[in-house]
This record gives sequence, C-alpha cells and structure tokens, in this order.
Amino acid sequence: MRLEANDIGFRYTAKSPYVLQALSFAVEQGERVGVVAPSGYGKTTFVKILSGYEQPTQGRVLLDGKPLPKKGALPVQLISQHPEHAVNPRWKMHRVLEEAGQLNEAVLSGMGIEREWLSRYPRELSGGELQRFCVARALFAGTRFLIADEMSTMLDVITQAQIWRYVLREADKRGIGLLVVTHNPALTKRVCARVVDLRNINGIKKVV
Amino acid sequence: MAYMNDERASLLEVNNLSVAFRMYGRGLLQNDLRVISDLSLTVNSGEILAIAGSSGSGKSLLAHAVLGLLPQNAAVSGEMLYKGQTLDIKKQKRLRGAEIALIPQSVTYLDPLMQAGNQARGADKSRERAKRQKSVFKRLDLTPQTEELYPFQLSGGMARRVLFSTAIITDARLVIADEPTPGMHIDQALEALSILRELAGNGKGVILITHDIDLALRFADKIAVFYAGTTVEEAPAADFLTGPAALRHPYSRALWRALPQNEFLPIEGFQPYAGALPPGCLFAPRCPLKTDACERKNPPMREIRGGTVRCVHAT
Repeated sequence: MRLEANDIGFRYTAKSPYVLQALSFAVEQGERVGVVAPSGYGKTTFVKILSGYEQPTQGRVLLDGKPLPKKGALPVQLISQHPEHAVNPRWKMHRVLEEAGQLNEAVLSGMGIEREWLSRYPRELSGGELQRFCVARALFAGTRFLIADEMSTMLDVITQAQIWRYVLREADKRGIGLLVVTHNPALTKRVCARVVDLRNINGIKKVV
Repeated sequence: MAYMNDERASLLEVNNLSVAFRMYGRGLLQNDLRVISDLSLTVNSGEILAIAGSSGSGKSLLAHAVLGLLPQNAAVSGEMLYKGQTLDIKKQKRLRGAEIALIPQSVTYLDPLMQAGNQARGADKSRERAKRQKSVFKRLDLTPQTEELYPFQLSGGMARRVLFSTAIITDARLVIADEPTPGMHIDQALEALSILRELAGNGKGVILITHDIDLALRFADKIAVFYAGTTVEEAPAADFLTGPAALRHPYSRALWRALPQNEFLPIEGFQPYAGALPPGCLFAPRCPLKTDACERKNPPMREIRGGTVRCVHAT
C-alpha cells in the first residue's frame, strides 16, 4: 500500500498566492519518513492535504491508487500538535476511545492511560494525558498511515519517549506507514529512516 | 539600593510558594486542589534559569503566579520577592509588561484583530520601538511583510516568533519565557535563545520554561526540575550536560535518559494528579530508589554538590 501526492498545489483562495505547487511525494507501507522545513513552509498544510483535512487546489492525493475514501474512518490518520482541539469537549474520554473501537486493556496499558481518566472530560486532563488518547484513537484497527504533526513538542521528554515507543511498536507490528513532522533533529534521527526536506519537493521556494 | 551595585543580586525570589484552586463538588462541597506546593527558587540578574519537568507540573502556573494572572479561585501562599520587595497584587499590576514581561505559552494570546507588527510594538508608538521591532523580526527570520499579517495568516512557528518579539522588545528587567520555541525551526530557536542570552548579558534575568532541555541547557546557567507542583532539583546547567552521574534526583536522571539523543527510554507510571498526591515523596510511586522513609514524608530541599535536591537518597 502506498500514500501519494501527485503534482499537488494549494492556495487558500483564488486570489492568494500558492503555498504548495507541483509537489509530488509518496510514502510506502511500513516506511518511516520525516518531513522537515523551517516554520511557515507549509508542512502542516501539506499533511492536512495528505490526511484529507484540506482539498488540494491542483493534483490528487491517492491511497493505493485511489482517491481518499469520503466515508467512514480514514485509513490515513493525522495527530495534531494541539490535542485539546482534536477531541470533543463534551465527551468523556471513554467515548473518545469507544468511537474508535480502541477501549481495551491492550491499548490502555500500552499507551499508559489510567482507568480513572476515562470518566473525565478533556479539560480535566493535561496536554500529555490528552495526547495519549489522540494517539490511541488514531491507531484504530483500520489505520494504514499515521501522520504525526509535531505530535510530541508540547510534551515532557518522558511522555514523549513513552508515546513514541508505543507508536513505533504498533507501526512495526501492523506495517503502518509513518510520516513525522518535527523540528527536533535528535527525534528525527531516532524515529525516521528517510527524511524529506519540503523545500526540495515544493515548487514554491519562497514563502512570506 | 543594594541590588543596583551588585550585578548578580537576586531579581526574583520565590520562597515556599503554594497555589491551590478551590473547586466545587456536588452542592456546597468545596475541594482545594493543591497544584503548587512548597516551591522555592531564585533568579539573579544576568542569569537564565531554565525550568524543565513534567507536563502539568505547575511550570506555567508559577509564571502566572509571579505576574498575578491566576484565576479568582486560586489561593496563593508563601513569599515572592522582586528586587527584595514583596510582590503583592498592586505591585504585580504595576510591574507586569513594564518590569516583568511574559512570553505566554499559547499562541492564542495574540490579538486576532491586530497585525503582527503592531502587536509586537505594543502601546509604545515611538520610532525607537518600531526600530527595535524591525530588528528583532529580522533576527528571527520574519520578513517585513510579516508585520502586515494577522495571526490567522501566521504558521505556528511564525506566531511563536511574533509572540516572542512582543516581550523582548520591552525594557523589562525580568523576562519569563513560557515554552517559547515549539514550532520554530532549529536555527530560529537557537537565535531566539541567544537573544535571551544577550538580555541576561545586559543584566536582565530570564526564566526559560521549556521541554527542549537539550537546547535550553546550551544557554541557561541553572536548571530547576519540576515534578508534581514542586522543585525536585536545582542544579548548574552544566550538570545536565554531563549526564546522570552529575545529577542528584532520580527524576532528573529519568528526564535525561528519555531524551531522543540519549536513551529515548521512558519510565513507568504517571505524575500524581493534584487531587491525589501521595503522602510522602511525590516521586516515590515511580522511583527505583524508593524505601519506607520515602513514603512517610515529602523530603525538604537540601544542598548537595553545588545544587539542591529533594531526595533522601541523593549523595
């Protein structure tokens, strides 16, 4: 299986300048790819397009040669830098996991989620605690590609190591392809087999 | 005043600070949630104090306590001294933004209806201020066009750099930077940190709250390690670069080991929830060195090898 962007371009409105252009990229099943570039070069826009949160202005995103499915849980899952924006504030945490079919002992112990947290609302958890739920949810049974956009920058280094260990283990076991956006060179070295500089594949070389 | 003659005099001194939030349960039931307990630290002029530690260990709360920005239901006890004088609410109001500047953790602190350039310059409309803003933007790799942009047009890292500019172009004597670098490219982060170093070089004091321990330690003089609302170790930054052998507290050593460039090794368990703190040492439930003594009483800070530590086993 392969996730690819074919010659994609993106701009916010018909009047604004292109942020991404003539960009082609592919990640294979089981691969671990790092995406780097200075801030403001469109990394987040790029991964949002890959995971279906934004539609490209030009070109196509293909999963296994076909466009991303419009219905059901997407096999391409994005974990954002801000977990507090990614969960329903009115749901208790057990519902977040139930929705993804991830409320089981293996996930809870693997991610270090305490049973007691399940009956809390998102606002009653710290960022690190909340991010564990987001990662657990994103690793639901149907996931083929996982995109981590600065997934661990806001976390302390112990939580970071804990979450990454689990993600890498699951990805290896299930042949999940990983796309990792990070500014941390040591982390890139630790988790990625290949690193792509967005500046080298994006047709737009200069951004505001 | 004495501090004026002595370059290294203490700028901010926090002694036995505790912060509790009053929470309401069912009906009229009240609970006090103790989020910071018995916390002490000192920042001298000319110095960068890095604060590292667990997410949710009270790092940002400390910053907000110093500036008097805690919500109404917070009960603060202990002592905070700025240049040797008690920091009370009146003083905090007068000093914040002028003498003490904060770089807040969340980019949502930017005014969504204000362009980046104006935002960084603040209320000061002088030409001097505008000049300073332009030079800081340039150093942080923000183009002149960025000045015209509104926050929603900025990427995460750009917003961070604008936020950073707002605080460092003031004349503040004490700058509290709460996670200033996430989202910044490594070169930009290094530039931002060297700007903080220059501020310290000019006799200002800096508190640098961060998870980017490896970056921060190249610029900091001291590091305070937080866990569950209190300091467990205060050490010269050099000790952290040396590694576990030079560190004093088992949690500090665990932090070092978890860094991706070291062992990338987590420890088991969680930081205790503020409502359910253990009776003894707060780290005991996760500590490899735990003995009966640890479970009875939270040990006080004590001095060892040029640093302080809250552990009965440290040597």
